[in-house]
Amino acid sequence: MNGKTRTIRVDTLARVEGEGAILIKLNGDRVTDVKLRIYEPPRFFEAFLRGRHYSEVADITARICGICPIAYQMSAVHAIERALGVQIDPAIRMLRRLFYCGEWIESHALHVYMLHAPDFLGYQDVLAMAKDHREIVEQSLRLKKIGNHIVRVLGGREIHPISATVGGFSKTPSKQQLRSMRDDLRWALDASIATVKLVAGFEFPDFEQDYEFVALAHPDEYPFNEGRLVSNRGLNIDAAEYEDHFFEQHVKHSNSLHSVHRGSGSYLVGPLARFNLNFDKLPAPARQAAQDVGLVPPVKNPFRSIIVRAVELVFACAEALRIIEEYAPPASASAKVEVRRGVGQAITEAPRGILYHRYAVDDNGLIVTAKIVPPTSQNQKRIEDDLRDFAAQVAAWPLEEATWKCEQAVRNYDPCISCATHFLRVSIERT
Amino acid sequence: MSSKTKPRIGVFKFASCDGCQLSLLDAEDHLLAVADAIEIAYFPEASRTMSKGPYDIALVEGSITTHHDAHRIQEIRRQSKKLVTIGACATSGGIQALRNWRDVDEFIRFVYASPKFISTLKLSTPIAEHVPVDFELRGCPINQYQLVELIAATVAGRRPNIPTYSVCMECKSRETVCVAIARRIACLGPVTQAGCGAICPAFDRGCFGCYGPMDSANTASISEQFRVLGQTDPQIARAFRGFNAWAWQFRKASEECDHT
Repeated sequence: MNGKTRTIRVDTLARVEGEGAILIKLNGDRVTDVKLRIYEPPRFFEAFLRGRHYSEVADITARICGICPIAYQMSAVHAIERALGVQIDPAIRMLRRLFYCGEWIESHALHVYMLHAPDFLGYQDVLAMAKDHREIVEQSLRLKKIGNHIVRVLGGREIHPISATVGGFSKTPSKQQLRSMRDDLRWALDASIATVKLVAGFEFPDFEQDYEFVALAHPDEYPFNEGRLVSNRGLNIDAAEYEDHFFEQHVKHSNSLHSVHRGSGSYLVGPLARFNLNFDKLPAPARQAAQDVGLVPPVKNPFRSIIVRAVELVFACAEALRIIEEYAPPASASAKVEVRRGVGQAITEAPRGILYHRYAVDDNGLIVTAKIVPPTSQNQKRIEDDLRDFAAQVAAWPLEEATWKCEQAVRNYDPCISCATHFLRVSIERT
Repeated sequence: MSSKTKPRIGVFKFASCDGCQLSLLDAEDHLLAVADAIEIAYFPEASRTMSKGPYDIALVEGSITTHHDAHRIQEIRRQSKKLVTIGACATSGGIQALRNWRDVDEFIRFVYASPKFISTLKLSTPIAEHVPVDFELRGCPINQYQLVELIAATVAGRRPNIPTYSVCMECKSRETVCVAIARRIACLGPVTQAGCGAICPAFDRGCFGCYGPMDSANTASISEQFRVLGQTDPQIARAFRGFNAWAWQFRKASEECDHT
């Protein structure tokens, strides 16, 4: 092999949430260095949560991410409920699942159509795509709006909703309020099934990896807020054991901590992991939509995550409809909370994968310590591993094409860098 | 209209959660119309096309927390005819301004194992502390209808129609019974600027100040009212130390209750 060296370099990675960069150094076909550099400034949430009251944590941690605030609120309230020994009403549990359905629909519609599809169709952005595919883009906007509407009904507004509390909600909706969303959701269910067919028709690079998939698993349902943490390599633990199995590394090129599975290294969280580990728990329309396009587990090609997200859109719409049918308002909007000293951990499934929170609370209900591990910091090391293998595959391509494809490989993860510290730049260096 | 005559807009991010720029993509009913009326020259969250300035309008999200960002905002100001800030981080320093009362080096040691890799300023500060700002849109998060109004007004060269009265006005217009009076819930509505639609009282909770202090906020009076409702000084200090903690009215009010 000749020693021609080149660099793939993206200083500002587009269509991701937050700010990051990619640098890939090539020597011939050999990849000599890969860095996903996160330069978004750190915001120190875990430090300033100390001394705040437990009742403020859901509102504060929502501000880590404007795209998945509900995930932060859910992991926070569940962890604190475990610390304080609070049991929630089954109707509250259902409403929290519905809340999450809204966030998944909004977030997945955003990523599938507005952030990821332009890569497959060869557009710089969704607005350029809209000039040739107006109907598709209008469909995506309506889908996204329906997800946002669920969040608004339950939480007052789409971004940083205001109703989630330890114990439940500050106010719960009437049955009539939920029933008013049914027609829209029935349309959204059909539109999501059409989305699966549409994105399954895209061209996918021939690229598979041997992943450790990590996701929640629940005996009866596709996971949101509850379940054991499992993997395809035998992991099966409670949230309380998370820190015994996973640890965070601080690397020089990133303001985000890299999460590592003790003894096995990088792992993958998010739609691919959930789908591969919970396929049999998908409701019939979602499973059918996947099977109709030949998508069955294990899916090991990360570029096909766009189809999995579309299948999860089908799931979220079907699940929302089920909940709306079965919902009866709880006797009380929130369970009674008695303050006591304690430590609680919780993991919930954010759109991008598992989100871990741990809080220690003192006798006065004030936070003593907080720990938050967002999905993107868990995927960060895995993204670098993907890039290392994928860059070798495109090393001989013209630089502009190779660079775009590597960006797309990062976008497979729908990275949320605001979460992980919190933007993305790709650099391929050929020396 | 040809793209040569459309106003060029850039969207820039500093320390923030991305939620305020997402509000533009969340304006589902207006997005395609807005995109027809303007040229989105720089908006990395939405597009790979990243055109150099100058820009007619810069929308700036986030607060200044690093030396690099303190330089970057100067360059954006030089490149932009109008610079408007969107959201609480850009207008008052955001939730990350809670560091301003603490030792940031201790924060870094607490969160990161290798503190020497982290470069950050002692304070999280609003954009207007660094460069002249033409308009500040409030909110954590901003209201998408106000954002569309702000863009339309700025393109037309008029002042945006954004009310500066308190959240109380919005409660009255949606006929929410006052939670502070009827239910003795501590509520920052009387000192907080409107814009959210007074959603918290409608959801049976008190306002917690997402849109920051209104012009003539009487924070001393609201602190006194909170005491009458049985709140302690540390509770009152925390109430003001939310997403707009570094806005001077809330800062002063919280420091008056902070005896640490």
